[in-house]
Amino acid sequence: MDDIDRSLLSLLEEDCSTSLHDLAVMLGCSDEEVEKRKANLEKDGIIRRYSAVINWEQVDKGSVYAIIELKVAPERDHGFDRIAARISRFANVRDLRLRTGTHDLQLLVKGKSMQEIARFVAEHIAPMERIRETATHIIMKTYKENGVLYVEREDGQRLPFSF
Amino acid sequence: MLSVKTDNACHSRSDNKKRDFISDRTKAIPPSGIRRFFDLAGQMEDVISLGVGEPDYSTPWHICDAAISSIEQGHTAYTSNTGMEPLRRELAGFIQDQYHVEYDPASEMIITTGVSEGLDIVIRAVTDPGDEVLVIDPSYVSYSPCVTMAGGVPVPVPCTEKDRFRLSPDVLMEHITPRSKVLILNFPNNPTGGVMRHEDLKAIADVVIDHDLLILSDEVYAELTYEGHHTATASIEGLWDRTVTLSGFSKAFAMTGWRLGYICAPPDITAATLKIHQYVMLSAPTMSQYAALEALKNGKEAMQEMVREYHLRRNLFVDGLNRIGLPCHVPEGAFYAFPSVKGTGLTDFEFAERLITEAGVAVVPGNVFGNSGIGHVRCSYAVSRQELTEAVRRMDEFIRSLP
Repeated sequence: MDDIDRSLLSLLEEDCSTSLHDLAVMLGCSDEEVEKRKANLEKDGIIRRYSAVINWEQVDKGSVYAIIELKVAPERDHGFDRIAARISRFANVRDLRLRTGTHDLQLLVKGKSMQEIARFVAEHIAPMERIRETATHIIMKTYKENGVLYVEREDGQRLPFSF
Repeated sequence: MLSVKTDNACHSRSDNKKRDFISDRTKAIPPSGIRRFFDLAGQMEDVISLGVGEPDYSTPWHICDAAISSIEQGHTAYTSNTGMEPLRRELAGFIQDQYHVEYDPASEMIITTGVSEGLDIVIRAVTDPGDEVLVIDPSYVSYSPCVTMAGGVPVPVPCTEKDRFRLSPDVLMEHITPRSKVLILNFPNNPTGGVMRHEDLKAIADVVIDHDLLILSDEVYAELTYEGHHTATASIEGLWDRTVTLSGFSKAFAMTGWRLGYICAPPDITAATLKIHQYVMLSAPTMSQYAALEALKNGKEAMQEMVREYHLRRNLFVDGLNRIGLPCHVPEGAFYAFPSVKGTGLTDFEFAERLITEAGVAVVPGNVFGNSGIGHVRCSYAVSRQELTEAVRRMDEFIRSLP
């Protein structure tokens, strides 16, 4: 992992649709080298996948997101890992993290309605062994996600010419 | 109810014969040839402007926040003439750290209202009527008019493409006369992006010392150096005593509107310049000084991030220009490319005018920056990569449409 790899990663993170040639020009190396570096980063699992950042709230007025916090009794030898692995298998669990603070695990869950999310928690999460407590927070509005702003911001106007 | 009297009898214009009040000195400054480009750009929609001399970033938020809290805390009074002591101290550390030049924050530094003010007052502090001031050409548009307003005589010294837009000692020598007193440098250069490396500065140092010249070195683009590290003029052996370093926060920290710069100079020149500063400006804006202090303390990471991005854009854009047949030397600093348009058969003015009207891309004709800029156009790559790519596409189409 050198500086060129790092720059390549930030370029891809920002816009993974940038052409191989443009990436090569910006990084000052050949197309082939970029292709090779990209392949290695993929192989090493550093690049997990290429995706678009979509503001689903704008497309799909019906979907609901919730943050669910869980208090979990850890297992001897495994801590939180096995229960986390189990929870992460649900397709509607978008994010899952172990964190410090009042709760242990934090999930981001997507559903069609508040009822659907309530049902998911009641039927699948809460009854799991070792889950001591759940707290569900419905997301009302997303302002910024993964460094991308979702709200219109009025940027200052620049003069068309200045010296 | 209050009524506003609209009768304008008290301030009507009259045909009274009056003499011409405009001073000869002001008349000697040629009008800017670029005004009509402003008007053209204003009339058109969907113009990509590569004509701007400022970052496309907003000032990093933690810097803005520091200024807002300084206002909330009521820090809205004048500061000392030279600027806030903590800011000067922090700045001295920054300059030493980045450029290995030592300045005493108490007696060798003035915080100014932009580099623009710094230039004006330093030039006034050192110029007597008739003194010749050598000004590299092409260069930023303010130098020569400021010299003229101070009663000096600007003498352009060409820095041409064959010298990679650097100042060669031979060319400098050719322009020195017994009246020469000051040399104005600006590297990384606006408009060419040219950079004077350590060895280039060393090469002119002897000439400067031999002819007992003072250097005013505008290094406002210092942080935007892409190949290696910026060399400060004052760091060259023998030059500290005869160099005034001018710089500011606008370019590196994306703070153009805050109007904050600084002068670093030997104590005698600082003291003389301070006399002018205290009468014309009193002190630089206080809230901007708080912002600058925050920029120096915690802004380096965001700055480096922006510099990295300009570097990538430079590579992308210069490659594009060369590809579409506008030969462009690789600019090692600032955020300007300065391609030649001679191959198109158009003058730089015609090229710029037709490019904006026919292709919707705004660039600045090179002769605005002096005679040595003729045949080139200045393109700023401080715009998004998407816009740069689209600008190159439009320029390509435009060039192909020419007979």
